[in-house]
Amino acid sequence: MLEQQESQILVVFPHPDDEAFGVSGTLAQYANAGVPITYACLTLGEMGRNLGNPPFATRESLPEIRKKELQASCEAIGINDLRMMGLRDKTVEFEDDEKMVQMMTKLIDELNPSLVLTFYPNYAVHPDHEATCKAVVRAIRRMKEEDRPRLYCVAFANDTVENLGEPHLINDIRDVKEQKIGSMRAHASQTGWMMQEEEKRKEDGDTESHNWFTEEAIYIYDWNRDFEESF
Amino acid sequence: MEQVKIDELQTLINSFANEDVYIHLETTNGAYASHFDEKVFNAGCFIRNIVVQYELGKVTAEAPHRVGLKLANGGWIYAQGITHFELDEQGRLLMAGHDYEGKLAVALEISKTPFSY
Repeated sequence: MLEQQESQILVVFPHPDDEAFGVSGTLAQYANAGVPITYACLTLGEMGRNLGNPPFATRESLPEIRKKELQASCEAIGINDLRMMGLRDKTVEFEDDEKMVQMMTKLIDELNPSLVLTFYPNYAVHPDHEATCKAVVRAIRRMKEEDRPRLYCVAFANDTVENLGEPHLINDIRDVKEQKIGSMRAHASQTGWMMQEEEKRKEDGDTESHNWFTEEAIYIYDWNRDFEESF
Repeated sequence: MEQVKIDELQTLINSFANEDVYIHLETTNGAYASHFDEKVFNAGCFIRNIVVQYELGKVTAEAPHRVGLKLANGGWIYAQGITHFELDEQGRLLMAGHDYEGKLAVALEISKTPFSY
């Protein structure tokens, strides 16, 4: 568990399941400790490519399925306040940039979080991830330095370690492994194949847990190396 | 969705001809294509709720199928790689192409009412 005490956490990701892979264990630990968590999920992953093989969903039925998965994942983690922000998957970067910053500012003003969790700008791979975390960084940058919440970021681009170094925090999440598995399982339409592989690995005699279920890597946003000078 | 049955799909395509219809057309390699393999040139396109009228629609014989719509204004729409189809509960014709791993690679959908979201 991370040592830092928090009073309110705000999580901002664009897709149902973004919360599951990188930080669901960390969030579960804070939730178990009674910290209120708000998750602003920008889209419903409408454009997901995993529709099952044979397909169990269509392009049009996917959003409703993923909405239910998202709700189940939040329940598994212990997130008490889920906000679905109504944007469309794969279009976030084409929204008005200022409107995006305002969305984040409004959430921060309302919730006064001590910690905000999102992706790391320029190391987030998916265009929706980039647009989301850039809006978050811009909103926080506009705050007075002493008022800013802590900003933890998930980075997974291929050049992350090369440029940002090793993760600043490695959080041991073995005590909440079941909650993380619950969150990942909840997103069955997207993680089904992955969970099957994990099961198979165990059946094949691999006793080690995948590091998804043992630790989570977090970068602390470096304001001295801001991704842009101003917005 | 079920695998394309040409006669059934052709009948459905015909049933949307010669009137205003809303189109969803999408091709995708997935947003992570060049993250997993830097040699992949990631390209795709997406349009949704475009109103057209087509005078002739055709699904080709060999699988994965091509579906082409000859528009009343002289234009064209086509999709390549269609494997599955369904007339959904809202009466919309959904066609999709799922790759060898089952992931969606192409979608062409025709509806008499606007697509939601």
